[in-house]
Amino acid sequence: MSQLPLRAQLASVLGRTAATLSRATGRGDGSVIGGRVGLALEPDLLRKLAQDRKLALVSATNGKTTTTRLITSALQDLGDVATNAFGANMPAGHVSALSSAKDAPYGVLEVDEKYLPEVVDTTGAGVIVLMNLSRDQMDRAAEIWLLAQKWRRALAGRNVHVIANADDPLVTWGASTAARVTWVSAGQPWKEDSWCCPECGGPLDRKGLDYVPPGGHVSGVPGATTQAENDWACRECTFRRPEPSWILDGDAAIDPRGQRWALDIQLPGRANRANAVMALATAEAFGLPVERALPRLREVRSVAGRYTTVERDGRHARLLLAKNPAGWLEAFDVLDPSLPVILSVNAQGPDGRDTSWLWDVDYRVLRGRPVYVTGERRLDLALRLEVADVPFQLAGSFGQALAAQPPGKVDVIANYTAFQQIRSEFGRAV
Amino acid sequence: MPSDSVLRLVWIYPDLLSTYGDQGNVLVLEQRARRRGIPVETVHVRSADPVPESGDIYLIGGGEDRPQILAAERLRRDGGLHRAVARGAAMLAVCAGYQIMGSTFGGEEGQPVDGIGLLDIASGRGAGRAVGELVAETDPALGVPTLTGFENHMGVTRLGPGVRPLSRTVVGTGNGDGTEGCYAGKVVGTYLHGPALARNPGLADLLLTWATGAQLPPADDTWYERLRGERLAAVLPRP
Repeated sequence: MSQLPLRAQLASVLGRTAATLSRATGRGDGSVIGGRVGLALEPDLLRKLAQDRKLALVSATNGKTTTTRLITSALQDLGDVATNAFGANMPAGHVSALSSAKDAPYGVLEVDEKYLPEVVDTTGAGVIVLMNLSRDQMDRAAEIWLLAQKWRRALAGRNVHVIANADDPLVTWGASTAARVTWVSAGQPWKEDSWCCPECGGPLDRKGLDYVPPGGHVSGVPGATTQAENDWACRECTFRRPEPSWILDGDAAIDPRGQRWALDIQLPGRANRANAVMALATAEAFGLPVERALPRLREVRSVAGRYTTVERDGRHARLLLAKNPAGWLEAFDVLDPSLPVILSVNAQGPDGRDTSWLWDVDYRVLRGRPVYVTGERRLDLALRLEVADVPFQLAGSFGQALAAQPPGKVDVIANYTAFQQIRSEFGRAV
Repeated sequence: MPSDSVLRLVWIYPDLLSTYGDQGNVLVLEQRARRRGIPVETVHVRSADPVPESGDIYLIGGGEDRPQILAAERLRRDGGLHRAVARGAAMLAVCAGYQIMGSTFGGEEGQPVDGIGLLDIASGRGAGRAVGELVAETDPALGVPTLTGFENHMGVTRLGPGVRPLSRTVVGTGNGDGTEGCYAGKVVGTYLHGPALARNPGLADLLLTWATGAQLPPADDTWYERLRGERLAAVLPRP
């Protein structure tokens, strides 16, 4: 890695200086500004920084940051790993991550879904991990069928090894042009974006599961309870779920040889068990066997503030991030049903300025527990809960909602900027 | 709708056209009907299934280009929605669903695609994407307060003589000519995407009144009004 041309070396050093200044002046964690400075000086910097490393790119609508962290943790068994741990998932963040670990032989990069084709092309990464695609921030993101189509074009004819979730029809379609794919059955609780075949538009049938309309789930969290329910096939063309070689089965992973591994990870919830299986399959693609990878996944407790607890005046609030309907569904799965819950929703740029997605979330699972509503768009959420017959209390701020709790534990679900606001007010401890 | 029977809502093709919280319109109509003591039954019609003709209010939502084209083809082939509207059913068509109701709309590459001809409108693809809050003054004949909502589309819609504009835009793009949406008989179309009725309970009540043929008793609109007030204040220039 020390063989960078002089101009690229200079760009990389100046970028790191800007990042240090950003941190020292308290403006941020430095991962974006540093990369921007570097890219401005040397547009080809990312390609040069990526050369001669073994890279994995991780993309999805949900779980990118956590899965990146899990894979990084596993690959550290093999050597140093460069990674964008704080979710700066566009090229400036990638430059910053790679230039701050110049000698690391491995890299694991979280990549924004829209940037994946460009980053695949620039970095020449050998392993690409694709987990799920669902509706997200509709006022600014590309629509997801178009996104999957761009993935197909980017992966076609390229010498890459893709690790993909076979239970998500759109991901399967997006990944299936790659020369080599390891299919993982990682589940798909959110099915509202895949009742139609991405190939021909015909209806997708699921074994043992009739069409469930949005909001049609009343009791608990929907999702496959048996492996058969993860299967899908188009009624009108030949597109169907490929046979998975890795399987998430309840609390265990089943590897391609049929061996069953109890996951026992510390991160809570079904979604993180799915992320862990994707990480195990990815680790094996790097030659790291399950018995060495799994203990490293178990060391991960929280990721960029997700699942950490903040405390004030005897109230212990566990923070869950949910950015879109599929993410809320997975967050509900993590909630402790015996605890009150605080919900906080904003609609700033990174959240999407449109709150329509609130109506795609089925909040009825929250009936019967104390619910507090806050955030800049709390009135949108208040009306949504009223229509769902979920009693709630409105709070002017997260601090007020927390103060209204009895001493003890409370769960918090917040969308992106609401989550960041809580972290900056109550401590960024990770 | 006879007074002793159930109000039937029909949500058309949620598997194709439901990407923007369109479910909200179904939930708001259900809630506002039940609060007035009107029993409700909702049918979700998947795109592979026939559209029933016996509904009272039909809803169709927004979506991407390709599902929009598929939905138009299937509705034309099926014919159930045409028969329901001819019978006098009410309908709310939103965004992509609104464009489908016309004679033509813009496809994936902007090419004209045949609509289903239930409204005298023709849509095409505009120069840029209209994204953001929308405020519009409703046709006074409808007795519905100011419209508020969010739009997100590339469409430009020309209204023919067979329809009236639903409203005139104050903030936002709408049809692209200073009007927003349209209506004819009991069929309403709008670019206010997703849960348009959550921000416009007056429009929800108009549909319920058309469908039941009865005046509705007032409802407790506290949360609806608080949200409307906040959104209008956030968007409208201060007096």
